[in-house]
Amino acid sequence: MLRRSFNVLMLSAALAVGTFGGALAQDPVRIGVSASKTGPLAGGASGVLWPNIKLWVEKVNKAGGLKVGDQMRPIEIVEYDDKSSPEEAVKNIQRLATQDQVDLIIPPYSTGLNLATAPLIAKYGYPQIVSTGNANDLDQFVKRWPNTFWLLGRAQGIADGIVGTLKDLHDAGKIGNRVAVVNVSDAFGLEMIKTGKPALKQAGFDIVYESSYPLGNQDLAPVIASAKAANPDAFIAYSYPPDSFALTEQAQLQKFDVKAFFVSVGGNLDAYRKRFGAAANGILIMGGVNASAPIFQAYRKEHLEVTGQEADWWASPVAYASLEILQQAVEHVGSLDKNALNKEIQSGTFKTVIGDVHFDNNINNNNWTVGQWSDGVVHGVRATGNLQGAQQPVLKPAWPSN
Amino acid sequence: MNIPRNELLALGAGLACAAVLAFLPLVTEGFWLSLSVNIMLYAAICTAWALFSGPTHLVSLASAAFFGVGTYSVAIFIDVLPFPALILIAVAAGALLAMLVGLATLRLSGVYFVIFTLGLTELMGQIVTWVQTNFGGAIGLYVFTDLTEAHLYWLLLALTVIVFVTGWLINRSRLGLALRIIGNDEAVARHVGVDTARTRIILFAVSGAFIAVAGAIMAPRYSYITPDAAFSPMTSFFVVIMALLGGTRRLWGPLVGVVPFTLVMDFISGHFPNQTAVIVGIAFLAIVYVLPDGVTGQLESLFRRRRPAEQSLLTSTVEEGR
Repeated sequence: MLRRSFNVLMLSAALAVGTFGGALAQDPVRIGVSASKTGPLAGGASGVLWPNIKLWVEKVNKAGGLKVGDQMRPIEIVEYDDKSSPEEAVKNIQRLATQDQVDLIIPPYSTGLNLATAPLIAKYGYPQIVSTGNANDLDQFVKRWPNTFWLLGRAQGIADGIVGTLKDLHDAGKIGNRVAVVNVSDAFGLEMIKTGKPALKQAGFDIVYESSYPLGNQDLAPVIASAKAANPDAFIAYSYPPDSFALTEQAQLQKFDVKAFFVSVGGNLDAYRKRFGAAANGILIMGGVNASAPIFQAYRKEHLEVTGQEADWWASPVAYASLEILQQAVEHVGSLDKNALNKEIQSGTFKTVIGDVHFDNNINNNNWTVGQWSDGVVHGVRATGNLQGAQQPVLKPAWPSN
Repeated sequence: MNIPRNELLALGAGLACAAVLAFLPLVTEGFWLSLSVNIMLYAAICTAWALFSGPTHLVSLASAAFFGVGTYSVAIFIDVLPFPALILIAVAAGALLAMLVGLATLRLSGVYFVIFTLGLTELMGQIVTWVQTNFGGAIGLYVFTDLTEAHLYWLLLALTVIVFVTGWLINRSRLGLALRIIGNDEAVARHVGVDTARTRIILFAVSGAFIAVAGAIMAPRYSYITPDAAFSPMTSFFVVIMALLGGTRRLWGPLVGVVPFTLVMDFISGHFPNQTAVIVGIAFLAIVYVLPDGVTGQLESLFRRRRPAEQSLLTSTVEEGR
């Protein structure tokens, strides 16, 4: 009996969902997205990629649609969950290209999935503007798949950014040369420490404490205690969101005062501001934005209004910029011809929320690498290439007493 | 050899099916081929998994460990050795790992074995990460080949056929009989003179080697190999779910699970991208609730119910001896 009612329940559920789906708007531009909605990458994707897609589509459609030649066509999104798995991502791209026959594709979230889907996206000729991934040795990748574009630049530049900032502070006589450096022992942290550590040594810094901890480690009190005992002038953490938060919290609890305190991924989130408030003042983070640019401020406001969540201070505007580039490429070319779009993206210059973007051999060499919290806002203090608007980094004040 | 006629018939039918399936890439090369690659991948892995876990009833969550070892066999040596040689390395690496694990887990059964194998996947991922950082250079490794989806499909099809033939041969051998006795009662097996340690290790090694080969074949599709992706625990879980859906009492049981599972999952993720997790969760509950013995178990009991008189004592002794 119970089983029969279960079956009836299932059947009615199936019927209920089956009746969805309405009439289509006239001749829309169909854009396919395959990215993570479930699995380990879902958190990042739903914080950075999906809200920006929503914002962009809403904005373009409200303005009448995407301008293709002399037509204004509404955007229709065809979206799939890749479950954070490469097999699923590859299959989704196949489905988008051959079943749905979408006009354009917005590539997945994360380096791994972008690299895994690149051969297929290239096979069907779609431009792949990667806003959420980067790697070392990108040049050989670009040579093989010239339709891939890398907005975040090379991995090397990001790790070295904080070293440059510390060196500037040291050369100005503001901090000493004693540095404590820790990293999460995960692919990201290891890549970073690998370029970051030699860069520190080359810049003449004395690494007085060095440690790594596993991803997901909850108790980072000993790490901060040991770092504090080594009495450094600066603290660098190549960290992920959970540990960026935990390290900051421990440093605050143990009154670990250094003149420069740096955390990586996670320090750029609005949740970081919410968690630490005024105590975040002066903390250096990986990434950054030109916070004083009016175009960025307008973007932040819209992001909050449309998606109900705050944009972060590094990845969100880059993800949005990738969509703006796609849009402007279509407008410049005047059609959805993929070859022409690829050529345009390779050579053109695009006005975006992160400033003017021009790809150099398919790689964007102008990226924020270090930002600094100041009264609830992150200001970019260091960038690769020729980005304008960098502010002078200031020394971190002592933790407020609470 | 004394082979029953119905088994010969099944073997012939299976080979004929494989021959027909080999033509698939000539008919389609888009989405359906990709879907078929995924089906074929899990067909190979689930059947290989069931070679060991079916008869012994030891649920292994180490599939991802073997898969990852195979993937890395290709990723590490792709620039210096030809692809066929890499497959052989994967075989050796998978079998070696399985033997070590087999030795270490001889006295483990039930939930202890499950936990050990789950931990193994994490351990292998961490070891690879450590080796890569200390000796290997970058964490991510590129795998560039000229293999297309069609090639991967054919390789996986061939692997599946080999797994099936191997499973069939094992079932017919003394090894297979010994395994079934171990599965029913390990103490009894020892008492009647079955070398339980040797049997378990051999079977685990065979199973592990096959899964490693599947990982090696998939490496070119990933293009960029990282420990997180290669040693993803989800692989292990999906293998178990699909194999249990099909049922592990028959060699072709897992296959019966893989095909509908993959198709249904694909339908769900294609039509309800935002509700996938919920629907899949309900589907899992439904599977366990409605089909506790898997599809094959259900089919068999239906079959028996209809013709109870014809049920022979011989076929029921092993299956229902418990």
